Amino acid sequence: MKCRVCREPAIIDIRRHNANFCVEHFLRLCRDQVAKAIDRHEMLRPTDRVLVAISGGKDSLALWDILIDLGYEADGLYLGLGIGDYSTSSEGFARRFAEERSLRLEIVDLQEDYGFNVPEGARAARRVPCSACGLSKRHLFDEAARRGGYDAVATGHNLDDEAAVLFGNVLRWQQDYLGRQRPVLPAGDGFPRKVKPLVRLGEREMAAYCVLRGIEYVVEECPMAVGNKHLGYKEALNAIEEQSPGSKHDFYFGFLDRVVDRFDGASERDGSDISTCARCGAPASGEVCAFCRLLERVGGSHPDHYSEPADTGNPAQVALGPTRVRAIDGVVGA
Amino acid sequence: MQVELRNPSQTMEFDGPMAVTALLARLSLNRESVLVIRDGTLVPGDAMLADDDHVEIRSVISGGSR
Repeated sequence: MKCRVCREPAIIDIRRHNANFCVEHFLRLCRDQVAKAIDRHEMLRPTDRVLVAISGGKDSLALWDILIDLGYEADGLYLGLGIGDYSTSSEGFARRFAEERSLRLEIVDLQEDYGFNVPEGARAARRVPCSACGLSKRHLFDEAARRGGYDAVATGHNLDDEAAVLFGNVLRWQQDYLGRQRPVLPAGDGFPRKVKPLVRLGEREMAAYCVLRGIEYVVEECPMAVGNKHLGYKEALNAIEEQSPGSKHDFYFGFLDRVVDRFDGASERDGSDISTCARCGAPASGEVCAFCRLLERVGGSHPDHYSEPADTGNPAQVALGPTRVRAIDGVVGA
Repeated sequence: MQVELRNPSQTMEFDGPMAVTALLARLSLNRESVLVIRDGTLVPGDAMLADDDHVEIRSVISGGSR
């Protein structure tokens, strides 16, 4: 198997491109596809400050690595979800990545800063764990972006993620969700701009990128997600992809090119019914935002204040969540 | 050869030599869903695995909220 570009021995085949690549040209392909997505969908300007949502998994760490490589000013935010050993391990990978590359990582911990964790939140709200988790992540990443003055929040959603979400939304004709399933959501109504620069890259490519770049990430699946519908959709799409390479790409980008505009106006977020949460000041569709309602049900509370990022003199700045002071590598964060 | 699988973790033994695609077929694994890693680097589908190789088959699917 030879690299399509240089004819040297290849290390990976990408069947939807009908091509094989060596290490150098595979890594270049990944960077080029991210740059192309950013450019084509007008995700970021060169001077934008970007907050990258970091989970400790392959996609978010690869995204952070590529954005830095492309020259963006990109900081990370890790959200501790309180899912036992999985969260402990994930935070460790996020920290090591930031420290080894002298990047700035903010850490917010649901349990320590807000008084609950995802399993408790799911039980209290009678939601499935992934729903309570997603709600918390969206609220806290938005909040951190506003507080930090970032121009955009970047998430590690890849082609497989987007194709699986689209598949689920089409199965149930969720028109409001379909109208919002774009690689960019512009800022507005108090929400920061949201961008998904990995939409042109598959899940297998992101894992390969991490292996080849020496990026260690949490390989284990979140125990809360095991058996969920999203994973089932991915398996179904991969069974199709194996028989017909390129199907996931055509499904998702065909939707963006030819269909998504038809759902304009079906989205809840059209600005007409957005007010400000009476408790936290975040955008809300009612008097109180969904996160504050979850917080009330689970018996949690907002932190009293938000600390400034730790100016430690240490090139690897790890700023801890709203209310905590903790020693990191012998340096105390503010 | 020793084959380490993740999620859930388990180790299996197979006789080599064997092509990567043949190994994945024996394990009923979809090539879209996994990477095969030997000595810290990727192994393409047409590569032969030797009897004394130690390989990791790593699932690449993650799910949950983002």
